[in-house]
Amino acid sequence: MSDLLSLTAVEARAELDKRSFSAVELTQAYLDAAAATADLNAYVLVTGDHALEMAAKSDEKIADGTAGILEGVPIGVKDLFCTKGFASTACSEILKGFIPTYESTVTANLWSAGGVMVGKLNCDEFAMGSANETSAFGPVINPWQAADRLDLVPGGSSGGSAAAVAARSALMATGTDTGGSIRQPAAFCGVVGMKPTYGRCSRWGVVAFASSLDQAGPFTRNVADNALMMQAMASHDPKDSTSSQEALQNLTAALTAGVKGLKIGVPKEYVMDGMDTDVFTLWEQAQTWLTDAGAELVEVSLPHTKYALPAYYIIAPAEASSNLARYDGVRYGLRVEADSLDAMYEETRGAGFGEEVQRRIMIGTYVLSAGYYDAYYLKAQRVRRLIKDDFDTVFQTVDALITPATPTAAFAVGRKIDDPVTNFLNDVFTVPANLAGLPGISVPGGVNADGLPLGLQILGRAFDEATLYRVASVIEAAAGFCQTPQRMAGAVT
Amino acid sequence: MSVDKTTVAKIARLARIKVPEERLDPLARELNGILDWIAELDEVNTDHVAPLANVTGHALRMRDDEVTDGNYVDDVLVNAPEAASGFYAVPKVVE
Repeated sequence: MSDLLSLTAVEARAELDKRSFSAVELTQAYLDAAAATADLNAYVLVTGDHALEMAAKSDEKIADGTAGILEGVPIGVKDLFCTKGFASTACSEILKGFIPTYESTVTANLWSAGGVMVGKLNCDEFAMGSANETSAFGPVINPWQAADRLDLVPGGSSGGSAAAVAARSALMATGTDTGGSIRQPAAFCGVVGMKPTYGRCSRWGVVAFASSLDQAGPFTRNVADNALMMQAMASHDPKDSTSSQEALQNLTAALTAGVKGLKIGVPKEYVMDGMDTDVFTLWEQAQTWLTDAGAELVEVSLPHTKYALPAYYIIAPAEASSNLARYDGVRYGLRVEADSLDAMYEETRGAGFGEEVQRRIMIGTYVLSAGYYDAYYLKAQRVRRLIKDDFDTVFQTVDALITPATPTAAFAVGRKIDDPVTNFLNDVFTVPANLAGLPGISVPGGVNADGLPLGLQILGRAFDEATLYRVASVIEAAAGFCQTPQRMAGAVT
Repeated sequence: MSVDKTTVAKIARLARIKVPEERLDPLARELNGILDWIAELDEVNTDHVAPLANVTGHALRMRDDEVTDGNYVDDVLVNAPEAASGFYAVPKVVE
């Protein structure tokens, strides 16, 4: 069965069409893999019977020649997406037991393309975190280990998604990215993660964190699979007023287009104190790979980069405090009974939200409160414009940017940090793209001295995902990243 | 700008989150740590810079003013902690 697990989605699709094995067999292999790697805590719900039913339908479609582009492909879903008839909790106590009566647009798109749902994946509570340690279901363990064999975090917030794809308990997985929640865990787990342009994927049916920043995107083991999944996920959706009508480019053609003639910028501000030297070395190596493949590399400047994180930590909590007002113990989820309506709200929210979520709601409430709105919220929105202007300026002369995805490799679970700000620094290279609404992809580029994966990030113009896939394919080929994690389904340990 | 215990209690009240008395001081410290760091933005000159809320630059679309959704009370109430006679039920609000 481990042979089935080693196939990419593109390969599995071809074999399914040749009837080398059935979708039911493939799905069963992934269900077994999810059980075998259960100690990673990547899944919060495995939907085995449903998966096998979906797979049986896929086999019928393959037999009658009506297979979709993801027909029979086993997919894990971040628990931030609403799935009809299956608990969708955002990994929060306040939503435990919530079973949606509707399906998110993104997952509906995946199922209509033939995808098979394996289950729901762990994440940080309401996607607020960078290590998957704020989940009400407990932390996810990264399938990768250094020589000391300590448990490492998978990154976050889409930690379960990245870990499942790396551990081969899902062939693909959905994620969401508000400040780096796809790209950072992809880098930590050695997989490919794409945050498309804001508006590319519908936000309908996705639990909202910060609505002007949230975007859904794909996790896969390689770049070609990622382009395939992106094609199935993206759509214009009248149910999301910010969903774009911009047509998706031909992403398959992009995979083999190469980078000859492309101008690729290297932003000089993407260095920081505490950055691993291995990360810096890989970044330089990537520039050589791209030059060798025919791209022209140029140094560029994004002068407001250092202000992206503080601006983000005003805007995202402000939007979160507003979005999370809906968890009131009245319509769904947890209710803690009390004598008055106000007391019921306060008791429910005090008991249902974890510490990090409470902290962010309170920051958001403060920066939006009378007397502070201008000084914090409007100030952050003005800085946001300057950050976007920086990108607009460089994209007049370059086609894409190459940067590290994260300043370090994965760190240990339970690393004690008294200062919440230190945790925020994980997102230093990923947050600017969210503020500017631009697409970004994280691709494994190699391993550090401890043998842990490191990611490279490519950023591009709005609605130009194709160029990202062009560059990512060249990096993937040059890097030849073939290491696999120690705690992978089927691995001999 | 920094917050004290009284301000934290006020924010918690505005956010409708019950915070136990012993958490107020630690929360004030944590929030001040974040607020001090955020204050870095004061270095940036934003005179004559308009706030940015919409990155795509697309105007929100209008649609015809007609009913396109609804009429499934049972679906709406199925996840409610308490419902009665086709409505959400809450603690008594009017004496």
